[in-house]
Amino acid sequence: MFDNLSDRLEAIYKKLKGRGVLKEPDVDEALREIRVALIEADVSLPVIKDFIAEVRVQAVGQEVLKSLTPGHQMVKIVNDHLTHLLGEEFVDIQIASKPPTIILMAGLQGSGKTTTVGKLAKRFKEKGKNCLLVPADVYRPAAIEQLHVLGRELGVAVYDAGEEKDPVAICKKSLDEAVNKMSQVVIIDTAGRQQVDDALMEELKQIKETVQPHEVLFVADAMMGQQSADIAKTFNDAVGIDGVILTKMDGDARGGAAFSIKRVTGKPIRFIGMGEKLDALEPFHPDRIVSRILGMGDVMSLVEKAEENFEQEEQEKLQKKIRANAFTLEDFRGQLKQVQKMGSMEQLLSMIPGAGKLAKGLKIDDRAFVQVEAIISSMTQREREKHNIINASRKRRIAQGSGTRVNDVNKLLKQFAQMQKMMKKAARGGGMNFGSLMGGRGMPGRFF
Amino acid sequence: MADESAAENDSGVFARLKSGLAKTRSNLAGGFDNIVHGRAKVGPELLEELEETLLIADVGMQTTSFILEDLKREVSQNRIRENKEVLEQLKQRMVHVLSQNQKPLSFSEHQPFVILVVGVNGSGKTTTIGKLARHWKQQGKKVLLAAGDTFRAAAIDQLQVWAERSNIPCISQKSGADLSAVAYDAVQAGMAREMDLVIIDTAGRLQTNTNLMEELKKVKRVIGKVLPGAPHETLLVLDATIGQNSISQARLFNEALEVDGLVMTKLDGTAKGGVLFNITGDLKLPVRFVGVGEKPEDLQEFIPENFVEALIPG
Repeated sequence: MFDNLSDRLEAIYKKLKGRGVLKEPDVDEALREIRVALIEADVSLPVIKDFIAEVRVQAVGQEVLKSLTPGHQMVKIVNDHLTHLLGEEFVDIQIASKPPTIILMAGLQGSGKTTTVGKLAKRFKEKGKNCLLVPADVYRPAAIEQLHVLGRELGVAVYDAGEEKDPVAICKKSLDEAVNKMSQVVIIDTAGRQQVDDALMEELKQIKETVQPHEVLFVADAMMGQQSADIAKTFNDAVGIDGVILTKMDGDARGGAAFSIKRVTGKPIRFIGMGEKLDALEPFHPDRIVSRILGMGDVMSLVEKAEENFEQEEQEKLQKKIRANAFTLEDFRGQLKQVQKMGSMEQLLSMIPGAGKLAKGLKIDDRAFVQVEAIISSMTQREREKHNIINASRKRRIAQGSGTRVNDVNKLLKQFAQMQKMMKKAARGGGMNFGSLMGGRGMPGRFF
Repeated sequence: MADESAAENDSGVFARLKSGLAKTRSNLAGGFDNIVHGRAKVGPELLEELEETLLIADVGMQTTSFILEDLKREVSQNRIRENKEVLEQLKQRMVHVLSQNQKPLSFSEHQPFVILVVGVNGSGKTTTIGKLARHWKQQGKKVLLAAGDTFRAAAIDQLQVWAERSNIPCISQKSGADLSAVAYDAVQAGMAREMDLVIIDTAGRLQTNTNLMEELKKVKRVIGKVLPGAPHETLLVLDATIGQNSISQARLFNEALEVDGLVMTKLDGTAKGGVLFNITGDLKLPVRFVGVGEKPEDLQEFIPENFVEALIPG
């Protein structure tokens, strides 16, 4: 039901269109919606509280960019802050200067540790590293066998613990074998454990002290609920984690746990598990999960593109013109060029939640833009400024010049006149901005 | 399990559920004690604290608002003034949501009684089956297991270990075999050997993976062909540490398979499984069992009063 935070914020801010600065009550109203969205996405409540407080400070009093609506502006602030907190870019596992690089896996039962060990091993193998996998889960029936099966499938060595039943001893002995085999990477699979199980947490600490890993990876289910922050914190406090892998991201979970875990541990999320196959491990890109947590498709990329491409000055000039009702065909051509710079219409539509589906059935021909441009370009400067002077003979000339028919020229002129009317109305009702231009009725969808 | 739990409400099951949820309770108890003893009036502050408590328990925004709106109405209609009574009301209403679909699981009408166990990866299907099989065997039932998770490495071995420990027969084929073929064999064997129960394990799958959901639909059809009316119980296993996605899991598994009952595992940590309120309210499904610990006897029959009582003490 909260699939589209962006729409909800738009609704809140409808009444404020044109106001220059985000005011406190308006910000608070939006923050309530943002809180709900984050709760539905399973972000831990204490994490949400801090986050909302921070966003509030940033948002109140901020000037609304000319190219954005206040709703989009608010989404942008939330998005930017969330992206910032999730870490700006992908951070890979560091390979130790002196081999072997020792990686220790930790996490709750059923989070996907053993499968992830297989995926990591495949990734290292493809990079030409020679791995040794160590089964230290002596509790779950057949867990050791599971790792051996994966090893055989991948052609990667798996340490044979024999009759040894003590996880700490297994890990210790496996390191000798790693040295003998000149393994470059050792990945230790441990048993799943509840963060409240003191005995097993103590065992994990001992393993860590014994093997001195270069990297402790916390494996977490992306579908985790409110407890994710506490669980991650307990693991981090007990053994100190260096990175996080989020599993089961190929489902429909909103993935709020990613934010909770990152927030309480401060450790980078390195990879995400995207399926059951052993190659379904992808580097983590914070910006991609942000729109998922907020439930907004990829609307942020759209906002950013709009920001980049609609130069502020030009925008201001245009607004003045619209207010003075002096919007000409020349201005229109400029606008079209701007829109084209943002990418194809189909691409743009696919970034808007909900509109993506619409765009699929609706074949949008970007060449139609080209035609409109050609027609305007075939006009004289004077014709572009005063389209009323375009009579039948001028139309014929323009059609010939642009390789179109008189009919097409007529259509364009008619629609342009309608658009001017719309703008007049909009100008009376307040400011004119990118949002209403793009989403508004008059343009440019009418031309197709 | 049914008869025990009713009789030993104070010692056995209830005590274990309580101790399993001990950490949870200590968190919650602090919160509610504050509310109950700290303030005299039922005002927005109490409601706000209740909201927070429910949200942290993974009850979800929508259901929390629903429960609290309902509570507010009740409180004002009945002029309830004491905070303790407000809490009592809240508990009653929460128990009501969980109880309305509860009905006993009865094996006696079918022989063999066929149970198909499904759920997402890592929810605890195989472990749950191991524990249930052991429990029913101890009750004198003839149980047959089917190692239907032919996908995950060594999943078959995992179930076989459980079967050997409890001395229960287990039908299996080699890794990568067709789930429907394993299920077919198992149900046939169950009929031939006059078993009371056949429990079929399946590979974990995310509810959004339509191909794998189709595979489950197929296995259900195949089982029904061998033994009309079977499977008699399709059990969906949910993990209490999972948040709002459990709702999507329950809905999509139910759409595909018409789930008969739920099992909630991993209630032994601090996870509270509050998402059950939404699911049972929405899909009208009974909760059959809850896992409150790692020991076999820690898989308990679900009793709404105990669940809510253990969550909200006092």
